[in-house]
Amino acid sequence: MILNTIAAPNRKRSVRTVQKGVLAEVWKYRYLHLLALPCILYFLVFKYVPMYGIIIAFKDYKGMNGFSGIVHSDWVGLKNFNLFFNSIYFWRLVRNTVVLSVYLLIFAFPAPIILALLINEAGKAWFKRVVQSISYMPHFLSWVVCAGLVLQILSPTGGPVNALMELMGRDPVAFVSDPHYFRTILVLTNIWKEVGWGTIIYLAAITNIDPELYEAATMDGARKWHKMWFITLPGIKEIVAIMLILSMGNILDGHFEQVFNLYSPAVYEVADNFDTYVYRQGLVEAKFAYSAAVGLFKSVVALVLVVLANRVAKRLGSEGLW
Amino acid sequence: MKLTLGEKAFDVGNTILLIVLCMAMLYPISFVFGRSLMTDLDRAAHPFSIFPMHLDTSGYRYVFSSGSYIVNAYMITIVRTLVGTLCNLLFTAAFAFVLSNKEYPLRNALTMIISFTMWFGGGLIPVFLLIKTLGLYNHFAVLILPGLISVWNVLILRNFFMQLPRGIIESARIDGANDLVIFLRIVLPLSSAALATISLFYAVGHWNSWFDAMIYINDKDLWPVQVFLREIINNTNLNNLIQSDAVVEVSPPAQSVVMATIVVTTLPILCVYPFLQRFFVKGMTVGSIKG
Repeated sequence: MILNTIAAPNRKRSVRTVQKGVLAEVWKYRYLHLLALPCILYFLVFKYVPMYGIIIAFKDYKGMNGFSGIVHSDWVGLKNFNLFFNSIYFWRLVRNTVVLSVYLLIFAFPAPIILALLINEAGKAWFKRVVQSISYMPHFLSWVVCAGLVLQILSPTGGPVNALMELMGRDPVAFVSDPHYFRTILVLTNIWKEVGWGTIIYLAAITNIDPELYEAATMDGARKWHKMWFITLPGIKEIVAIMLILSMGNILDGHFEQVFNLYSPAVYEVADNFDTYVYRQGLVEAKFAYSAAVGLFKSVVALVLVVLANRVAKRLGSEGLW
Repeated sequence: MKLTLGEKAFDVGNTILLIVLCMAMLYPISFVFGRSLMTDLDRAAHPFSIFPMHLDTSGYRYVFSSGSYIVNAYMITIVRTLVGTLCNLLFTAAFAFVLSNKEYPLRNALTMIISFTMWFGGGLIPVFLLIKTLGLYNHFAVLILPGLISVWNVLILRNFFMQLPRGIIESARIDGANDLVIFLRIVLPLSSAALATISLFYAVGHWNSWFDAMIYINDKDLWPVQVFLREIINNTNLNNLIQSDAVVEVSPPAQSVVMATIVVTTLPILCVYPFLQRFFVKGMTVGSIKG
C-alpha cells in the first residue's frame, strides 16, 4: 500500500518523460520521417496489402468486387490446393520448372565463367573491351525483342537455320513449336542473352587477384595454363561457389518473360511452369482463387529454398544475401 | 618469357573463338536490321544475307504511317521512361537517405520490412485485384506506381550514401542545416555518379517493360511499343497496328513490318548502351558492398 502510493507518482512521471522522449525523438527526425512516409506508404499499399490478399487462396472468390471481394468471400480451407495437387498439372509444372533450371545450371551457369577466363587471356586491352561491349549487348534487349529475333532466325519459312538445313537436304522444322527442341532453344537463348553480362562479376574477381602471384609463377617457369589452373581458377573459386548456391536457391524461378514470349499451346507440355500457369489460369481464365493458391505454393517453396541457399552460402564464408 | 608453340596456338585460337562469339552475338540483330529493308523476293533468294540489295522502306513507312499506333506508343514509352525514372529516382534516393542515417530509430525495422519483400510477395492475383480496386486499371499511372521503389536499388544507394565523408554532413548540421537541406544540397550533388547508375537501371527497365502494360491496360492508346511488338510477333495481323478508321497507302510484306517494329523498338537502346554500360558495371560491383 505504502509502496504503491510512493511508486505511483514516480511511475506517472516516468511515463510522462518517456512520452516526452518519444515526442522529442519524433520531432528530432521530423524531416527523415517526412521523407520516409511516402515510401513506407508505397511498401504498405503495393507490397504488404497484396500479402494480406493471399487469403484469397483459401477462399471461394466469385464476385467481381476486386480486392474487397477477397475479404467477403467464404473460406474453403485447402480446397484450391487439393484441386491443384490432384490435377495433372502439378507434376507437369514441377517437372518443367526443375528440368529447365537443371539444364540452365549445367549449361548456362558455367558459360560466363569460361567466357571470363577466355576474355582474361585475350591479348590486347582494346580487343578485350570490344569483346566485352559486344557480349553485353543482348542483356539490354527486352525478352519481347529477343523472342522476335529468335522467331526470325528459327522460322521455318525464310529463317537462316532452316535454309541451312535445306541446303543439306533436310526438311524444314518449326523449331519453336516443336516440344523436342523447345528446352534447347530456351537454354541457348538464355546463354546468348546473359553470358556476356554474367562475366562482369567473374572478371571483377579476376582483377582482384594479386598480380604478384602471376609474376612469381612466371619466375618459376609456369606456363599459361599453369597460371590459369593454379592461380586464376582458385582465385575465383569462392565467388563461383556462392553464385552456384544462390542459383540453386532460384530453382523454382520460371523464367517467365523468356518462356512466355516464346511458348505456344503446341509446347505447353514441356514449357508450362508455375508462373505461366498462374498467369493463364488467373488472368486469362479468371480462376483467381485457384491460381492464387498455385502461386502461393510456389512462392512459399521458393522462399524456403532461398533461405536454405543463403544459409549454406553463409556457412561457406560469404556474407550471404542478408 | 618466350611463348611455346602451344601457347601461341592457344592465343590465336582464343582470339578466333572470341571473334566468332562476337559475330554470333551480333548476327541475329543485324539479320533483322538488314532484312527489314529487303523485298520479299530478295529475302527468299538470299536466305543468309544481312545486306539489302534493293532498298525497300515500306515496312517503316507502314509503321510510321499517320494511322499507326506505333507513333503514339513511342510517345507513351518515352513519357513513361522519363516520368517513371524521375519518380523512381526521387523516392529511391529519399528512402536510401533515410536508411543511411545510422541514428534514425526506425532504420533496422524499415530495412527488414522492405528487404522481406524481395523474397516474398502477394503474387500476381492479389496485386491484380488490388490494382483494379485502386482504379489504376487502364490508367497511365499503373506503368509507374506499382514499381516505384526497387528494394535492391535502395540498398545500393544506401550503401553509397553511407560511404560519403561524414565530416561534410556533420559540419553542415552544426551550421544549422536540417536533414532536408542536407539531403537536397549535400548528399544528392555528391552522389551524381551513383544516381546516374540507378536512373539507368530504372530507365532501361521502363523502356523494356511490357508485362504491366499487357495485363493492366487494354486501351491501345496507352500501350507502349513493346506491347505492340509482342502483339504483331505473336499474331502477324498487321491491322493490330493501325487505328480502325485510318487509311494507309502502303501495303508492305508482313515480315518487313515485323522486322521494322523490332528495329524501331531496339534502336534507341542499342545507340545508348555502349555509353551506359560502364555505369551498369559500376552498379553491379557497388551493390556487393554490405552495410
